[in-house]
Amino acid sequence: MSFITVKNVWQQYADQVVLEGLNLQVNEGEFCTLVGASGCGKSTFLRLLLGQERASRGEILLDGQPLAGEPDASRGVVFQRYSVFPHLTVLDNVAIGLELPRSPLLGRLFGSAKKDAREQAAQLLHKVGLGHSLDKYPAQLSGGMQQRLAIAQALIMKPRVLLLDEPFGALDPGIRKDMHGLLLELWRETQLTVFMVTHDLSEGFSLGTRLLVFDKVRLDPHAPGAYGARITYDIPLNSERRARSQAIDALPAPLAGALRIA
Amino acid sequence: MRLINRHPDRPSRLLLVILPFALVLFAYFMGSAERLTENPNDKLLPSAVQMTDAVKRLAFNADSRTGEYLLWQDTASSLRRLAIGLGISALAGLCLGIAAGTLPLFGAPLSPLLTVLSMVPPLAILPILFIVFGLGELSKVMLIVIGITPCLARDLEQRARDIPVELLIKAQTLGASTWTLMLRVVLPQLLPRLLISLRLMLGSAWLFLIAAEAIASTDGLGYRIFLVRRYLAMDVILPYVVWITLLAWLMDWGLKYLTRRAFPWYEGAAK
Repeated sequence: MSFITVKNVWQQYADQVVLEGLNLQVNEGEFCTLVGASGCGKSTFLRLLLGQERASRGEILLDGQPLAGEPDASRGVVFQRYSVFPHLTVLDNVAIGLELPRSPLLGRLFGSAKKDAREQAAQLLHKVGLGHSLDKYPAQLSGGMQQRLAIAQALIMKPRVLLLDEPFGALDPGIRKDMHGLLLELWRETQLTVFMVTHDLSEGFSLGTRLLVFDKVRLDPHAPGAYGARITYDIPLNSERRARSQAIDALPAPLAGALRIA
Repeated sequence: MRLINRHPDRPSRLLLVILPFALVLFAYFMGSAERLTENPNDKLLPSAVQMTDAVKRLAFNADSRTGEYLLWQDTASSLRRLAIGLGISALAGLCLGIAAGTLPLFGAPLSPLLTVLSMVPPLAILPILFIVFGLGELSKVMLIVIGITPCLARDLEQRARDIPVELLIKAQTLGASTWTLMLRVVLPQLLPRLLISLRLMLGSAWLFLIAAEAIASTDGLGYRIFLVRRYLAMDVILPYVVWITLLAWLMDWGLKYLTRRAFPWYEGAAK
């Protein structure tokens, strides 16, 4: 039984077909990178997984259950831009994820609950390398630091799925490399299922355990919107990393946890 | 060097700031002196001494009829009306703006309504306000509220729509409900914009206040100006106008200062 099952999903806006007949099975803990030409539906597919849009046809199952039709805490997301709240400090940007679900009336915690939330947030921020800028506002951070913050913000919720929409597209190459290291490290630790849209093929190949290529197989030059994209290539990658993660999965839980932290 | 590339340095900038004010004052007092030498009883352009006397009389001598210090009493009444009016408008505008700009189901009916309401000339419905709310304080405050709220609400609605949809999605993935999303994401991002909107609406608020006071009132800065107009008392009117301008400028400056202090993260705060 796969973790995420995509069954014959079509997405269509008016008479523009974006995705057609998408079928996919993804196991828990896989790192899928989504590549393809601009406008071929990678981001649309990510929005479907996020629940920001609903598929015109077909269904997506998460753990055998139909996916919730709106974004919720089970799926974390990092966008290329506008991923962090400009009016909150770095610390509060992460702590808010602990406050919102626990306080349905005011959306904020007080006293020791607040202190706990902030401590937990600070720990995670130290891990992503933002320990020295807890009191800064996002506007005072560089682009790479903002994306680190956005990732920490998503991970504080301990989501089962992490969706990344060209998260490093606006960063320069050196910073991008650091971010790849950070992302892989966090992925190894948390065993999240990751979907990452990228324009950078080499990024797609080096990060993922599975590369999904989106492309249109049929094209009518007189009606460019008549046919949508499918997944044309589905390439398993980085088998040794994949094997390691599966081997750890097979171990008894306490031992596996210890290994992951190591 | 082309004119567009020439910038004033610090001292010359100060000079350039003062210059137009100095020129206006100079022109006024030249004209005033000329008219007064021709006719010492001229009332149109009072001298500085005449205006100082009038201010002293209104500010530091109790009125023989009521025992009040008129300038301060007028100021207090006007500022109270203005503060209540602006306060109610800010609250109503914020609620309407957030509801219309964040919730599509509320925006659909509210948005066109606010657009139409903001086109109603408030002064044209002033008589209706006097008929409905009487000639007391309520009608004056209501004029400010009715005149300003739709514009504030429209501006804040637009600002709420300008919040990137990514942030709203992100908040939902962090476990926000509609209510907590508005409370912790939309509201705090709109508060600095509310202060800026209020600054822009201050001029209109003063306009409505003075119009209402001119027509039906027993005190207030606008009332006083329109009262002494009967006696051509320019020596009172001019200082009152300067005083109102000063108050308005101080309020503008105060709101700007508050925006910068309270919302250091807001990029528009420095402007």
